Amino acid sequence: MSKEKRDIWRKYQKSIGDDNFFFVRSCIRQNFFPASEQAFLHILRNELGKNVVEDARHTTCSGIGYHSDVVNFDTLQTIIARHFALMTEAKLKNVAISCVTSFGLYSEVLETWKEFPSELEKTRENLYKATKREFEIPENIAHCSDIIYKFREEIKNKEKNRLVNAETGEPLKIVDHIGCHYAKIFPEYGEGGAEFPQVLTGMIESWGGQTVDYPERRHCCGFGFRQYLVQANRGYSVSNTYKKLQSMEPYKPDMIIANCPGCTMFIDKWQYTISELEHRTFGPDKTGIPVLTYEELAGLVLGYDPWDLGLQMHQVSVEPLLDKMGIQYDKDKKFADKSGKIFSIPKQPEYIL
Amino acid sequence: MRQYDTKYQTVIIGGGIAGMTAALQLYKFGIKSLIIEKEDKLGGHLIKWYKLFPGFVNADEVVSNVVSELIDKRMQVITGAEVTSIDSIYDNYIIRTSSGHSFEAESVLLAHGFKTFDPTKKEEYGYGLYSNVKTSVEIENILKEHSNITIPKRVGLIHCVGSRDEKAGNLHCSKLCCVSAVKQSIELKERFPDAEIICFYIDLRMFDNGFEELYMEAQIEHGIKFIRGRLSECSQNIDGSLVLKVQDTLTGLPMNVNVDWLILMVGKEAAKLPKFDKSIDVKLAPNKFVAPENIFYNPNQTSQPGIFCGGTVSGPKTIHESAADAKAAAMSIIDYLNRK
Repeated sequence: MSKEKRDIWRKYQKSIGDDNFFFVRSCIRQNFFPASEQAFLHILRNELGKNVVEDARHTTCSGIGYHSDVVNFDTLQTIIARHFALMTEAKLKNVAISCVTSFGLYSEVLETWKEFPSELEKTRENLYKATKREFEIPENIAHCSDIIYKFREEIKNKEKNRLVNAETGEPLKIVDHIGCHYAKIFPEYGEGGAEFPQVLTGMIESWGGQTVDYPERRHCCGFGFRQYLVQANRGYSVSNTYKKLQSMEPYKPDMIIANCPGCTMFIDKWQYTISELEHRTFGPDKTGIPVLTYEELAGLVLGYDPWDLGLQMHQVSVEPLLDKMGIQYDKDKKFADKSGKIFSIPKQPEYIL
Repeated sequence: MRQYDTKYQTVIIGGGIAGMTAALQLYKFGIKSLIIEKEDKLGGHLIKWYKLFPGFVNADEVVSNVVSELIDKRMQVITGAEVTSIDSIYDNYIIRTSSGHSFEAESVLLAHGFKTFDPTKKEEYGYGLYSNVKTSVEIENILKEHSNITIPKRVGLIHCVGSRDEKAGNLHCSKLCCVSAVKQSIELKERFPDAEIICFYIDLRMFDNGFEELYMEAQIEHGIKFIRGRLSECSQNIDGSLVLKVQDTLTGLPMNVNVDWLILMVGKEAAKLPKFDKSIDVKLAPNKFVAPENIFYNPNQTSQPGIFCGGTVSGPKTIHESAADAKAAAMSIIDYLNRK
């Protein structure tokens, strides 16, 4: 990789809060990757000693409704203003956003208020009429991956596992996938911009891995709301992921990490769909390419138990990756709950391991 | 150090084809002028060019003919000096240069041309990241030098890079890139007969004599392919070749095209103006090129009396248009000096 290419991201460096975060959860991540948000909170609070506040009154940002034309922009602004009101009540100024869709919408709303102050006034009025709440605009909004990126060296200092092949000592080849709404709408809101984003690459490189720069690196995973929500369009969604997997295959990546709920799920789950449709897999010996969230990756680096991180919830089996990294795990506990009771074991797919 | 006079009837800023042509025209009418050129050699952008459209005349030949005439006539030229400021003094101007010179002039001709668009601003096109992404200016140099290079199997040329592009801050058409791409395609095909050459265009603006014929020749005699399409992204394959994601805007379908070289037809942007004192008011057009006082009746006079524009300083032009515009500017200056 040329020096210019390595360094182009430096044009886009954002300010990321240092402490005292108001955490806003994602609607869907807790179902798809149930331990990721918990891992984020654990890392920040217990490993890094940061103050992260949650509020049970926090709701959806309504992003899925907004992108499906069910929720209008006025409503969206008011909902996000309500979240800012909860942040203001907590006397905090930094928002930590778990979902990339939400992050894109928070950015869009803040930019709208900058460009059109009348929208801000209207939203203040709407929120007050509806809830009697008032709010301050946050000093800093960051996606949770920005925050893990910011503290990547602190995490490295506590690492138990490196992103290297335990047998050969070679760095693992890792594909990073950034959600479209993280930086493609407002490149300056993303660490490293939209073309050569650094947010996940920074983590990969700090923790010993190597980023794969493949031709379709910036291509959408295909989730795209309408592609997936309208059942008839799902073939379009699959074909986008298929295109990405074909493009990365010659580089033989060891894993994929993503910072968006939709992307992580679809790149993972569509590998099963593609195996059924095309009898095609992209890892060696009928395996797929494991897809992890950045918190799961950080958790592995910090030595957390893979099953506590919820890696058994992924479609593509993670065991080949764990073996490659030399991580010890108990095979029998993969589908066991905390008391040791085995819950139902999924059927093994025919074409993908 | 060469000695210069301190006072001229006209100081010409820029020693490209426009500046030199204007100086020769002024000379014919007995007007004493000085050319100030920031580069070490006269000729402007033309000295970087290999051959000129539509007749494939050597650019060096055109430059050397004009420069020889300047030398024959012992005309005053200062090279390697940038104009740093222009101040008004009564109805004359004081021109200062980076070389420490200072001249008084009764009139000034802005003939400092254009600059090419910086393609690193379109980072999705990969310029500066992949060594096989080149600009149209660099390809002229490759063609000119006849250097040993790896023979490409397929070359893509992207029109309108930084032109007609609101995101790049330029709504204007750079006018010359379409025909330059056609010319360069033919030259590349002649140099690499087995290579496939593909132009990706918005629309082809073959506005001048011989241009449409050249476009037809490119297709019929040289087999150059023209695809109406826009590049969204250039990435690198594992073997170092490039993959272009293009939308064919005629069929509405996306395409992935592998190429060995990508040539970006970089647009023309307004060059930086000298620093004027507050009393001087040279107005600019929305595209930031110098705006003539009246495009129909006084196209070479700027909004500031005594300051004129010639050549591409007022917008993209071909070589012969620049030369004709410079002659017209010279005649406007003569008229101004006569009435002064």
